[in-house]
Amino acid sequence: MDLILDTLKFVGNSAIDVLPIAVFLFAFQLLVIRERMPNFRQIVIGFVFVAVGLGLFLVGLEETLFPLGRLMAQQLTAPEFLNATRVSVVGALDWQDYHWVYLFAAAIGFSTTLAEPALMAVSIKANAVSGGAVGVWALRVAVAIGVGVGVSLGCYRIISGLPLHHFIAAGYLVVIAQTTMAPKVIVPLAYDSGGVTTSTVTVPLITALGLGLAEAVPGRSALLDGFGLVAFASLFPIISVLAYGQLAVLRAKKSESPMNKEALPEE
Amino acid sequence: MKNSLIALSRDALFSLRDLLPIVLVIGIFQIFVIRQPVSGFVSLIFGALLVVVGLTFFIFGLRLALFPIGEGLAHSLARKGSAFWLFAFAFVLGFGSAIAEPALLAVAAEASKVAVDAGVIAATEEARSDYASGLRLVVAFSVGVALLIGVFRILANWSLPVMIIGGYILVILATTVAPREIVGVAYDLGGVTTSTVTVPLVTALGVGLASSLKGRNAMTDGFGLIAFAAMTPILFVLLYGIILEWT
Repeated sequence: MDLILDTLKFVGNSAIDVLPIAVFLFAFQLLVIRERMPNFRQIVIGFVFVAVGLGLFLVGLEETLFPLGRLMAQQLTAPEFLNATRVSVVGALDWQDYHWVYLFAAAIGFSTTLAEPALMAVSIKANAVSGGAVGVWALRVAVAIGVGVGVSLGCYRIISGLPLHHFIAAGYLVVIAQTTMAPKVIVPLAYDSGGVTTSTVTVPLITALGLGLAEAVPGRSALLDGFGLVAFASLFPIISVLAYGQLAVLRAKKSESPMNKEALPEE
Repeated sequence: MKNSLIALSRDALFSLRDLLPIVLVIGIFQIFVIRQPVSGFVSLIFGALLVVVGLTFFIFGLRLALFPIGEGLAHSLARKGSAFWLFAFAFVLGFGSAIAEPALLAVAAEASKVAVDAGVIAATEEARSDYASGLRLVVAFSVGVALLIGVFRILANWSLPVMIIGGYILVILATTVAPREIVGVAYDLGGVTTSTVTVPLVTALGVGLASSLKGRNAMTDGFGLIAFAAMTPILFVLLYGIILEWT
């Protein structure tokens, strides 16, 4: 019974989120473009599907995966668990005593990104625009690897207490270097994938992980150090998608026989 | 009708595959690492079912509504040839979707607590809500500006890497002068502003615009709008923090 009420509430909420955007788009079409919208009916039906779908999706997550994920983040960062699985022998907990946290961070970052609806949208579009050269699944896996590595490294930063902007600056140096070498067509897509990864599914789970970790590690404040994981999750997909583009070029070069090497277009 | 049903069931299969990794990760960690029983197995299965159905509907609606309308508007605006309306559309779309974003509300409220703890603002309810709504306005404004700049870039054919990297150099510079408690919040806000409904719309807008302009490539020129929307909030919030500290 509660679940039905929750479901209705979430669907209602997502309708309230979608409605202003829909009204704005329709108003713009009517007042500025002043043309009849082609297939108006189809678009209205589509909006209903988007709102209902998003609502069901969120209620499902809120009822199941989020509480479980948050609980697990707490359990993995609890002092009892950390002491039971520690590697260092004496003294305070060392950074490598948090190995399960890194692994969980990487796994949860990777898997939640694969289920991120906004990323699916961008992958579908990129696949269509590139004429199939960029695979829907391949792009999503590339982004997910980036998020997994990013969140894991972000956890290390919280534990070690190193300044956030050092990591970000170093990450962007890598991005600059890759940008000069990667095929031009992948660059804008790679930059975009940084922003799309962190929406509905990933953010609540990794934020819970960050706050739990900052509370558990001695000398960290949840308020000062708990933030910043999202920034890592936005930066590393850029690197991994650029790398995906570089790998694709490399593979194309390898598959060409040495005789045809000269015929390859310069990238 | 029959075709849509086939499309729907195919999407449902894909959604199932997309969610499987999360279920596996949580299951494996629960069984082998944490080793504690999970309560409410039935409600877990039911919830997972809702997630699959929800994701399926969302993707279905995306193809029916968000993609066509985003591209349709981009084409119409390009045909109209009015740069003013194009910029106005981009700005309002960015500002409007960011101000309505629930994740932004949550982070802004959290950030106001940090500010109280750091002694930047008074520990009153009024000061906190002022700070949080100020933050939201700054972020929404910055997302509006981001889409405006992004659309301008597509029209002017400027280099995306130069603009984005340049922007992040400004971000790093601003970080060194910004008050410490705002840095983490600012960096996180860049990620939360681009919501699930906005991303498909903005992507369709960029791709539609690039494909309706002569001499532009949809792949190299159409993408990149989200990149701006992820960067400008960081910069603007850092500047907001710096200004608040000085005054």
